Amino acid sequence: MAELNKLGLAEARDALRAGDVTSVELTEACLTEIEGAGALNAFVHNTPEIARDQAKAADVRIKAGDAPDMCGLPIGIKDLFCTKGVPSQAGSRILEGFLPEYESTVSGNLLDAGAVMLGKLNMDEFAMGSSNETSVYGNAVNPWRRGNDEAALTPGGSSGGSASAVAADLCLAATGTDTGGSIRQPAAFTGITGIKPTYGRCSRWGVVAFASSLDQAGPMTKSVRDAAIMLETMCSHDPKDSTSADLPVPNFEAMLTGDIKGKKIGIPKEYRMDGMPDEIETLWTRGREMLADAGAEIVDISLPHTKYALPAYYVIAPAEASSNLARYDGVRYGHRATLAQGDGITEMYEKTRAEGFGDEVKRRVMIGTYVLSAGFYDAYYNRARKVRTLIKKDFEDVFAQGIDAILTPATPSAAFGLGEASDDPVQMYLNDVFTVTVNMAGLPGIAVPAGTDANGLPLGLQLIGRPWEEGDLLNTAYALEARAGFVAKPAKWW
Amino acid sequence: MSIDQSTAARVAKLARIKVEEDQLPALASEFNTILGFIEQLSEVDVEGVEPMTSVTPQRLKRRADVVTDGGQQDKVLANAPDAREGFFAVPKVVE
Repeated sequence: MAELNKLGLAEARDALRAGDVTSVELTEACLTEIEGAGALNAFVHNTPEIARDQAKAADVRIKAGDAPDMCGLPIGIKDLFCTKGVPSQAGSRILEGFLPEYESTVSGNLLDAGAVMLGKLNMDEFAMGSSNETSVYGNAVNPWRRGNDEAALTPGGSSGGSASAVAADLCLAATGTDTGGSIRQPAAFTGITGIKPTYGRCSRWGVVAFASSLDQAGPMTKSVRDAAIMLETMCSHDPKDSTSADLPVPNFEAMLTGDIKGKKIGIPKEYRMDGMPDEIETLWTRGREMLADAGAEIVDISLPHTKYALPAYYVIAPAEASSNLARYDGVRYGHRATLAQGDGITEMYEKTRAEGFGDEVKRRVMIGTYVLSAGFYDAYYNRARKVRTLIKKDFEDVFAQGIDAILTPATPSAAFGLGEASDDPVQMYLNDVFTVTVNMAGLPGIAVPAGTDANGLPLGLQLIGRPWEEGDLLNTAYALEARAGFVAKPAKWW
Repeated sequence: MSIDQSTAARVAKLARIKVEEDQLPALASEFNTILGFIEQLSEVDVEGVEPMTSVTPQRLKRRADVVTDGGQQDKVLANAPDAREGFFAVPKVVE
């Protein structure tokens, strides 16, 4: 079999079980590809020895005949996941040298199932960013380019390294995390599939915290089927995360029938933004047609508080971040600043955090500190939490009307050039305008590649599902994927 | 609501992030841009709306009040920038 790194999870699993290939072979193919892809800056900590050992162990399990789905499949892990004995820096200088003594529940679930870890993937610092430009490791680069233009494009963020690695076939799939769109936006920018499950499906234990009421892990894969396979392994009830759901995890892959006849798909009018590029509008229309063609009923709906999701997010997420990131104090782990004669503990905190955090993280921690400070708590933080209640109610109302899933664009544009949007923080925040509502309401959302723009760059559509109904959502995405027929791959230049 | 330099300095102090004096005007201006964006929330009628505490209507689990973990002092201290004699070491706190 040639070019094993180009396989998806399902194909590779089937080939492993049929004895056509070994995990060692799959793993070597990916390791070779990673070595040649330095220009993408996707993998930032390589773990080839660990990968080879895990691959050998997986081959033994597969031979024994009852290996789980993920057994032997080489994947990348976002740097936000704590991995035992392997650098886990959340893309930040402040966690330089940190070697976790434990494994995050999600990466542990994958490794227990026999998945092979190739290394850690680049990301925006503490998952704060939409272009992977806030990383201490430098920018991750999108394998896609605008035609013959050599300008480097962003793979999106914050899971930019994961998106770049999967799109460039450096690994079969990767983990991502999504607080406001950090799985779905980079998936859309790189022509891959990414699902953020319902809040509580995946344990947050051992995932470096950004905004705890919004953070969720999810898979980034080459197909909807692969997303179903990997998501099932990532999900579990975990007593170590009190918000993790004590619900059975269905066999998502078995729910992929492609039959969505009679399903009601909502089209929210508020997602038609002023100044939205024509090609996004056209893609969205084509998405409606594809789902209608599959037998779904298309229904116009209204989610009246959509406009306020992003401003409410930029109160709630920084507020939670300011609290979560208080732990980086130079005492327990990571970076500590060199102190001057006479410096006390306060100077140690202030200098450590000034040196350890990048500009965007500092900005958000300070905004969060401000909106939580005495005198502003009600005006900003409490008001944002009330608006969040209204945003969630918008969705509850349409689901109560019988809507099964909601179709929207995934992003307001295709991938932009690195450096093109980093001057104005608010402009950058607008990248998440279609995805952030889903985190605010705790719902599952999936980005599916559905077309290309005039420059040949991938564009994605987003489907939003009912809480806990990832299986149904994946099935709708599966029907959409089949009709979109997106098979383009970036031409290799790296 | 506009943030001046002294407010920016106070927020930086509360957040325990050292910001040099000459950086304060730029910081205050960035805060104002972001807060200007957030300001839209004042348009929303939130009369009688409960602030969200949990996005999924689930009761937090309770567990038995028993010791389930411990005895890992070496692991707890393994990543400390400065650990001595089984403790985290920090600059002098009390004169």
